[in-house]
Amino acid sequence: MSDATALDYGFFSFASKDEVLEKSKEYWNPGKTSFWSESGVPLVIDRREEYFIYDVSGKRLIDVHLNGGTYNLGHRNREMVQAITVAMQHFDMGNHHFPSLARTALAEALIASAPQNLTKVIYGSGGGEAIDIAIKTARHATQKRKILSIIKAYHGHTGLAVGTGDDRFSKLFLSDNEEDFPHVPFNDLEAMEEVLKGRDIAAVIMETIPATYGFPLPNPGYLEAVKQLCEKYDALYIADEVQTGLMRTGELWGITKHGIEPDILVTGKGISGGMYPIAAVLVSERCAGWLTEDGFGHISTFGGAELGCIAALKALEICNRAETRSMVHYISDFIGRGLREIQATYPDWFIGIRQNGVVMGLEFADPQGAKFVMKRLYENGVWAIFSTLDPRVLQYKPGILVKPELAEELLDRTEVGIAKARADVMSERKFR
Amino acid sequence: MVDTMFEMPLDPAGVPRGRAMIERAEWAARAFASYDSATVQRIVDAAAQAGAARAKEFAEWAVRETGYGVAEHKLLKNLACSTGIAAKYRASDYIDVVVDDAGKMVEIPRPAGVVLALTPSTNPVATVMFKITLALLTRNAIVISPHPYAKAVCAEAARTMAAAAVAAGAPDGCIQVVEEPSIPLINALMTDPRTDVILATGGTPMVRAAYRSGNPAIGVGPGNVPVLVDATADINATAQRIVDSKSFDNSILCTNESVLIVEEAASAALLNAMTRAGAHVLSDDERDRVRDLVFPDGHFDPKWVGKDATAIASAANVRVNARTKILVAPFDLVVPEEPLAHEKLCPVLGLVRVPTVGRGIDAAQAVLRITGQGHSAAIHSSNPQTIMAFSAAVRVLRVSVNVGNSLGASGIETNLAPTMTIGTGFLGRSSVGENLEPKHLINWTRIAYNSNASVPMANFAGLTPWHAPEGVVPTYPRASNDANAAPLVPSTVAMSNDAPDELRDEIRRLIIEELNAIVRG
Ligand SMILES: Cc1ncc(COP(=O)(O)O)c(C=O)c1O
Repeated sequence: MSDATALDYGFFSFASKDEVLEKSKEYWNPGKTSFWSESGVPLVIDRREEYFIYDVSGKRLIDVHLNGGTYNLGHRNREMVQAITVAMQHFDMGNHHFPSLARTALAEALIASAPQNLTKVIYGSGGGEAIDIAIKTARHATQKRKILSIIKAYHGHTGLAVGTGDDRFSKLFLSDNEEDFPHVPFNDLEAMEEVLKGRDIAAVIMETIPATYGFPLPNPGYLEAVKQLCEKYDALYIADEVQTGLMRTGELWGITKHGIEPDILVTGKGISGGMYPIAAVLVSERCAGWLTEDGFGHISTFGGAELGCIAALKALEICNRAETRSMVHYISDFIGRGLREIQATYPDWFIGIRQNGVVMGLEFADPQGAKFVMKRLYENGVWAIFSTLDPRVLQYKPGILVKPELAEELLDRTEVGIAKARADVMSERKFR
Repeated sequence: MVDTMFEMPLDPAGVPRGRAMIERAEWAARAFASYDSATVQRIVDAAAQAGAARAKEFAEWAVRETGYGVAEHKLLKNLACSTGIAAKYRASDYIDVVVDDAGKMVEIPRPAGVVLALTPSTNPVATVMFKITLALLTRNAIVISPHPYAKAVCAEAARTMAAAAVAAGAPDGCIQVVEEPSIPLINALMTDPRTDVILATGGTPMVRAAYRSGNPAIGVGPGNVPVLVDATADINATAQRIVDSKSFDNSILCTNESVLIVEEAASAALLNAMTRAGAHVLSDDERDRVRDLVFPDGHFDPKWVGKDATAIASAANVRVNARTKILVAPFDLVVPEEPLAHEKLCPVLGLVRVPTVGRGIDAAQAVLRITGQGHSAAIHSSNPQTIMAFSAAVRVLRVSVNVGNSLGASGIETNLAPTMTIGTGFLGRSSVGENLEPKHLINWTRIAYNSNASVPMANFAGLTPWHAPEGVVPTYPRASNDANAAPLVPSTVAMSNDAPDELRDEIRRLIIEELNAIVRG
């Protein structure tokens, strides 16, 4: 690489990675840019293909962050690229006011894929917007205002969604509002019933497995009991399947493994195929009233963009194939076993595996443990992110189309990263 | 730095789904490769029995779907290729480790992995069953791409055996079948680097494509079977065998006799006996009419593939007895321009009379110069010198003696390995010269000790790397804090098991409609 054109992409060019980082701080986000450099993950993504991302330096990483499942099907999945490329010969985003070919086709496919009580689809341009739509819909249907979520929930950072999450993100923007957005501890049915008893809750919103909290698993029967409480106290159940949908738990929608028919189901991230932003809210007939009463009730220029709908149709089709489902079962079985073997080697450090399909959280015996592991994995060619709301836990999210040889390589690299992080923590403790 | 993705060619319809099948097969093959022999035996039996239980239904369905052959003969083959093959190889072992203390070697069988099986329209279900059973015996995953003319029955047969195999403990996805075969899809599957071996049974272009794919392939060449009858043969028995064999499945197999070569001295007696057994020997006029019908312009008309002898006779305006099973067409000289010397996929048998056995051997060689080298020939004789001379001269890899060739070469009525795939070897541009059998689907890892007597060999007795699976393979992904809960069968999963929803086609259709509207407008 000659210096002058070190990072020349035609559309733009930079002299060096350092220049990118400097300008990123200057013009974009100084906080985030510095954070990653300081965390030992100085990543600026260049090439991307399958489950690999490459830093501009050429360093290759296996992606098991997948942006929460956005790259469920891999980066620039060949079928996705082809579908969108072909679609672009005819479609653009479309006009959001009119009935449309692609929106209708996707809505029908989503409804066919989902629990039977869900009958209509509303589109957003991202997960947060879709959560906002879900909340607005619940409020309209119940004529109640309050939305109950769990402490350390994460449903996005848009206007309403942010209220359901950790106050780190709401207080920053003076958007905390415990009155309308009460929180109860996860896996605590009593606490939930206490709040629901007031019968003034419009909906309980639950991630099927709380991602940003490090994938703590719902106790057996917990979600089922929450759903029953909702019925008892006339609250709706919103299933946030943004990270647990699209075959990541080994079934298309994670919530169906609990036998729950949610009143509202939200999908995002992976439904885009990692190629064109889109999110969707699936609602029951009871919740769908506003779509008739005032169809213009929620307006989103980009929500349900037709190119996005075509991307989503393709992504949904790939996820829902019999072959894909079978592979996810193999992948989760194989990687689960491999991780348990690694755990058996370092039981004092690698203390827990939370797993449902390829949704995984790895627990380490240090309050910041996952940050150490993240750094060492990065050095060893794996990109996995710590859990913002519980940094003991590493989010470990392999794709649903991982091949056997990549799964083996991933485990090899993971073992080494975990061992090195353990040594880091041990020596730091001695030092302290 | 901007990569060349913009030039990515579009995949033809069905190809992505086919690739997904290969990938799933790869996972299944890995799991299968460590199974123990007791489990494999259970799986083989279950799959074979499930296939056999529907053998008759599939035989009738195959005749209906393809329009070829004889259901009762297909039934026989379906049974031979399911429970028959399973029984034949029951005592064989393709799984256990072999310890050779004297040779200071230990041999570990290693399955090929992902087998891609192309199956023909002529022998559709039997070949599917055969290849599945071979794959299971050797712990391979198999993806079947049936001939488009027989795709529905083949898919159902494969699904039936797959369901039984998985229920008996086989890994999920170890048997898959392409529902909508197409040339681009077959090409994509054949050239996929994850395909470990191709078993190509079918037409020559397909077999050649398999060898060109860059992947290991076992493909076999065509047949064109000469059968020599000398004066020492048991004439009545020979006549019956030839008529039965030629009429078997209405002669659509590569093993059915093509040209009968008879020593003049035995000719009259043989033809009389054949007539009694159901042959109609054509007069010269009749022969010309049949030739013109079946080979218009000198080329075989596929419309006559596997049709009854009486139907062909009546179309050629030849009056025959209603129980006629084959038509015998005499001609003088075996040369390429004589259509009757070529492979005939219908119950028409060429006939050449020769003055001596030596001329008969020459005629048989001439038949094979046209096509069919490496395949099979038959001889009816009691003279070992004649049999030896014939077999050494004629360029084939199996000679059926005093038995019909259709079930003789395929090992059903001889002690050759029973098969639906006749290896034609180097003579027939193939990598395998034997009848395809399970051993062709494994390699062996050999642990080889220092041969010097001063270096001792350890005791391997009783060691095995294989084990029975712990439960269903793969394990159903239950939440790790709920591993003992009963697997929940979700109520609402819409599985797209059918032909893929081809979005691109739909978009194209819309675009074309749009363009048409513009043009019209
Ligand atoms: C469970 C869950 N819900 C909602 C969202 C919000 O999605 P988006 O970032 O697309 O707004 C996220 C994003 O991380 C999420 O993990």
